[in-house]
Amino acid sequence: MAKSDKDSLRLSQESLNQIDAEVAKYPADQKQSAVMGALRIAQGEKGWLSRELVEYVANLLDMPAIAAYEVATFYNMYDTQSVGRHKITVCTNLPCALMGANEIGEHLKKRLGIGYGETTEDGRFTLKEGECMGACGDAPMCLHNNHVMHTHLTPETVDALLDKLK
Amino acid sequence: MATLNIEIDGKPLQVESGETIMDAANQAGIPIPHFCYHKKLSIAANCRMCLVQVEKAPKPLPACATPVTDGMKVFTRSDYAVQAQKSVMEFLLINHPLDCPICDQGGECQLQDLAVGYGGSSSRYQEIKRVVREKNLGPLIATDMTRCIHCSRCVRFGQEIAGVMELGMAGRGEHTEVMPFLETQVASELSGNVIDLCPVGALTSKPFRYSARTWELSRRPSISPHDSLGSNIEVHVKDNKVMRVLPADNEDVNECWLSDRDRFSYEGLNTPERLTWPMVKQDGQWIETDWQSALQFVADKLKTFAPEDVGALSTPYRPAEELFLLQKLMRGLGSGNVDHRLRHSDFSLDEQATGGFWLGMPVTYMSRLNRMLVVGSNLRKDHPLMAHRIRESVRWYGELNLINAHEDEFLGKVHAKRIVPPSQLAATLAGVCVALAELKNQPVPAIAAAYLEHGGVVDDTARRMAASLAGGGQGATDGGRAVFLGNMAQHHPTSAQIHALAQEVAHLAGASFGVLGEAANSVGAMAVGAVPHHGPLRSSAIRGKNAAEMLAHSLKAYLLLAVEAELDTHDPVTALQSIAGADFVVVMSPYKGKSLDYADVLLPIAPWTETSGTFINTEGRVQSFSAVVKPLGETRPAWKVLRVLGNLLGLAGFDHNDSKDVLRDALGDTPTGNVQAYLCNEIGPVAAAPAALGPGLERVAEVPIYQTDAVVRRSPSLQRTLDASLPVARMHSQLIARLGLTENGRVSVRQTASALTLKVERDDHLPDNCIRVPCGHPLTAHLGPMFGPITAEPV
Amino acid sequence: MSLLTPSIKVCSWTQDFDAPASLATYVANGGYQALRRVITEKISGDDIIAQLKLSALRGRGGAGFPTGLKWSFMPRAFPGDKYIVCNSDEGEPGTFKDRDILRYNPHQLIEGMAIAGYVLGARVGYNYIHGEIFEIYQIFERALNEAREAGYLGENLFGTDFCFQLHAHHGYGAYICGEETALLESIEGKKGQPRFKPPFPASFGLYGKPTTINNTETLASVPWIVQHGGQAFLELGKPNNGGAKMFSVSGHVNKPGNYEVGLGTPFAELLEMAGGVRNGHKLKAVIPGGSSAPVLPGNIMMDCTLDFDSIAKAGSMLGSGAVIVMDETVCMVRALERLAYFYFEESCGQCTPCREGTGWMYRVIHRIEHGQGRPEDLELLNSVASKIGGHTICALGDAAAMPVQSFLKHFGDEFAYHVEHKRCMV
Repeated sequence: MAKSDKDSLRLSQESLNQIDAEVAKYPADQKQSAVMGALRIAQGEKGWLSRELVEYVANLLDMPAIAAYEVATFYNMYDTQSVGRHKITVCTNLPCALMGANEIGEHLKKRLGIGYGETTEDGRFTLKEGECMGACGDAPMCLHNNHVMHTHLTPETVDALLDKLK
Repeated sequence: MATLNIEIDGKPLQVESGETIMDAANQAGIPIPHFCYHKKLSIAANCRMCLVQVEKAPKPLPACATPVTDGMKVFTRSDYAVQAQKSVMEFLLINHPLDCPICDQGGECQLQDLAVGYGGSSSRYQEIKRVVREKNLGPLIATDMTRCIHCSRCVRFGQEIAGVMELGMAGRGEHTEVMPFLETQVASELSGNVIDLCPVGALTSKPFRYSARTWELSRRPSISPHDSLGSNIEVHVKDNKVMRVLPADNEDVNECWLSDRDRFSYEGLNTPERLTWPMVKQDGQWIETDWQSALQFVADKLKTFAPEDVGALSTPYRPAEELFLLQKLMRGLGSGNVDHRLRHSDFSLDEQATGGFWLGMPVTYMSRLNRMLVVGSNLRKDHPLMAHRIRESVRWYGELNLINAHEDEFLGKVHAKRIVPPSQLAATLAGVCVALAELKNQPVPAIAAAYLEHGGVVDDTARRMAASLAGGGQGATDGGRAVFLGNMAQHHPTSAQIHALAQEVAHLAGASFGVLGEAANSVGAMAVGAVPHHGPLRSSAIRGKNAAEMLAHSLKAYLLLAVEAELDTHDPVTALQSIAGADFVVVMSPYKGKSLDYADVLLPIAPWTETSGTFINTEGRVQSFSAVVKPLGETRPAWKVLRVLGNLLGLAGFDHNDSKDVLRDALGDTPTGNVQAYLCNEIGPVAAAPAALGPGLERVAEVPIYQTDAVVRRSPSLQRTLDASLPVARMHSQLIARLGLTENGRVSVRQTASALTLKVERDDHLPDNCIRVPCGHPLTAHLGPMFGPITAEPV
Repeated sequence: MSLLTPSIKVCSWTQDFDAPASLATYVANGGYQALRRVITEKISGDDIIAQLKLSALRGRGGAGFPTGLKWSFMPRAFPGDKYIVCNSDEGEPGTFKDRDILRYNPHQLIEGMAIAGYVLGARVGYNYIHGEIFEIYQIFERALNEAREAGYLGENLFGTDFCFQLHAHHGYGAYICGEETALLESIEGKKGQPRFKPPFPASFGLYGKPTTINNTETLASVPWIVQHGGQAFLELGKPNNGGAKMFSVSGHVNKPGNYEVGLGTPFAELLEMAGGVRNGHKLKAVIPGGSSAPVLPGNIMMDCTLDFDSIAKAGSMLGSGAVIVMDETVCMVRALERLAYFYFEESCGQCTPCREGTGWMYRVIHRIEHGQGRPEDLELLNSVASKIGGHTICALGDAAAMPVQSFLKHFGDEFAYHVEHKRCMV
């Protein structure tokens, strides 16, 4: 890749500092261990992981780009295709389903006008179906942009949440 | 290592502890079905095909991953085991497309073979089958990824053998797909081996695709004619045409691998560029004629020249028999003007050498060295499988030190390296020598000391290398230390200095010393006396001019055996001029090429597949082979041509019946022993001659991997790989700035002849006074010599 | 409640306090005293392991392997690097107890891991927290910093030469990383693909070094056991099933949540604590140990006590202690379809039976649920399930097969009805 293209990919100093902090958790000859944190940080800043961004992270950690890409495609919280500004992931696994998750899912689909795995035309919301997130007692629940969990969802609280997310 | 007693299928066996059931079964010749297991790769145990019954185990166990225990009883064919194996086969077949009729792997497919035994005759899978998008892996490997059974051999091959992970398995579960990172080619020079590894038709040979069924092919053994390893190959032939080349197992040479060059060069055998009729130029016109007329014409004409005015040149890529007869013919005429070392420029070692230069050890030792110094080598590209062995050494306990003029990724850990302009190779080596002598409290060898007074420097890197070489295992054999010279060191204008200094380093370190070897028959060419300073096995013989002397000025006549002067020589400009200025040029070649411009007679000779012959590899292994196809058109084996020519010239001793007779004539009744006795890397003392540092820029040149010899140059698929990209001018960014150039812009470079415009590429691994422009390439041929000053200006 | 009183609330006692997760709360109530005593009095690792064995503490993550025994596998005298790793991946559907430990009692886990480090000779530990509870991962990182600043982690703890550092590593969406060797692969920065065993982590673990991996709750129980002794822990439960355990109750109950009770407590009692079946409905089925455990009909479950032995006898597993309650409104075919999809989605893809078989089973069940079942499907499902189980690298294959087999065994009539009538019985 031509060197000049890299500037648009370059992560902020803040992100690079965070990645350094991740690398420091592991033995010096095991930089690859930081790839999950580094990809999370890169995705957090840029919104999703393009191939070029994955390669950039791989180079930071002296690991083969394809090995980083394997990680990015193996763990389902990484997005290797572009997503809306707000990604809502609803767990529909059995315990949540027993407690009304499917109805919440349907409500979301109707309000947003999209199905699971789709993004609204204005690029504001992406809706995804997820697997067990270890919060079954608080079902129905969802994740916003991977990191913020909303529990005990009702159609009303869902509406309020969506309205807040510009 | 304890010895354990186990039983497999009732057969008692003794096995070393630490081995697996699969190891034991292999030793005993008991087949266990498998896909992901491969003797040369790490254990994956993910295909589950090798599940076997083990007494007292609660579930079937994978033979490839289960260590043997004392008293273990294994059943590979009990109902219990077979049920497990059949269940795995059923799972493999549910998503596997029924492509057999259109799949190249049909007839040589492990899945087919095992499905016969373990598959059902009908499927109870009634659901949708997954489909996988194809991936572009370049011109050598065709993909049909829906067929992939996820054995992961191709992924492990990249990580463990090729040294670079080019393929990975992205995704999860059923959506796992083997893919490269970007849709760029898989660029490793060993990439084609995944074709052999893939147990199904997911990865197949692209050049070979759809051209034949495996059962239509005859399999004939041969030896690779390219690099100095002498890989054993199996040539597959249909209707007298070479269809493809596969590796033949030889654990001591190429194991079960082939470089891509060896695997795909065969495409160059069947091009329209082949010379198929003898041709003579009359009145500026080329006329096809018959052998009798052509050879008589040549013989008559040759007799008109004084012996010292005729020169014979060949390359180290030709079989020993032809090279032997070439020098016998010339010496029979009274001339010692015969040489094959077209890329060399320093022949002063001819006086100092005491034998033929070789690797200095068996090839297998290269996998178990623990201290290495490699000088002046494009290691990976010049010696793909030897580089793999060195990587093995490095992975286990080895330290690799490099001195070179450019740095390409070695794909393994390098302990220390110095990248210097070519003119500084000797001085850098001298620095290491001095550091080592100091470390060992030995007197500094005179030649190294002389360099110290002429700019040689003992810096931290030199000391680091010296410390490395002083450590490690004892002695010069298995597990020990080695100093190797690469091709560039041998072609270098001060190669004698480099050789002498390297020898001193090896002595001080107690290391083996050798050359990696330029070509398939570099050792053989020397051994049969195709050199001006001695005859076969160093017998004394008429002496004459070396290759550089023969090409510095025009001789009156040239006899060129498979030489493409503009590509094979150290200084193509001078070489072409000299040849063009001769009165009479006879070219014996499989191809027409540019020799149409300067030759007077063209004689079609066989490439290695159409003749019997012998190559001697860099460890002195004498490997003879037979023709695998009949010669094309009027092509003849060169040894036969030379025999007839010798007779027509009235020379004695040209009445061999077959190529074995020729070999016996050359190397005696015990060629292996005689060659071994001849090989010796030790040279007499060499006076220091430090080269003056020029103020200008130096050229750094390597022969591109797919331009090494006439056949590989004509393989279209190899010429489409990344390694065969158009030559560019690589420079350090500081040099780019100094010269007022721009990265990816254009530059006009010039040496001794005309200028050449090239794209500028940045390479910050180069010294900042060097421009790297490959040699041996049609586009750069008219620049000038492989080493020396070069100028550059913006375009 | 505090750590100093041997109550049943082994891990959940901090929830009675404001700021339950804070270091101050923890230390004020006995926190880090066990660690201090162990280190400063140089209590022998053998003794601690003996107490663990006496306590009958068994892995709380699902496999139920005796912890004392597992710790004894480590080559404690081996001079090189060793690791203690905590499995907080908590992906087993129905399980959410470790989340509460991480957010309400992180320091007890930290102390437990430090004690483990001392006993096992590990200088470094990692806590692998699944990415879906990222905010809690951040809470845990703050707790780690608190502990470091207060001198409970790092170099020369309590002025001795014992050093122990602990880091958090997050997953990012892969159930398979709850498998201990897949978890190690994930920490190493690779796909979470389980390794074949042998070799076992105690000889070849993280970065190839000897490693012990334990569940969050297992490690968090250690300070209590060191404080009060193995016998006291054992007596919280019943013979061979020592201690308290947090049960995550979800599904058709009035008060879903985590309940820490002694092993051997009757299931009926737990159900009552969780408010009983919702809306006055009838109990139809219970999955007692996370979705990978075989389902049990309600009446059979009502006769069980909550311990490894009783539930095993009933034909299922205590597993992670995730109790999923289903009332009569549940269509068992649809429930199984969702579980089958889960395993299909989460299979790592390495080995043939799981990669191909989970998809096969899901597609067949999907057809049955959507009115396209065929008579031979039920036998086919059982056959495919039996060909996966026992043939895979890791237990996910078995975990995918067992629900299929148990649902068909106990509720086969619903499946047959679906096939015949192309609709739900319920």
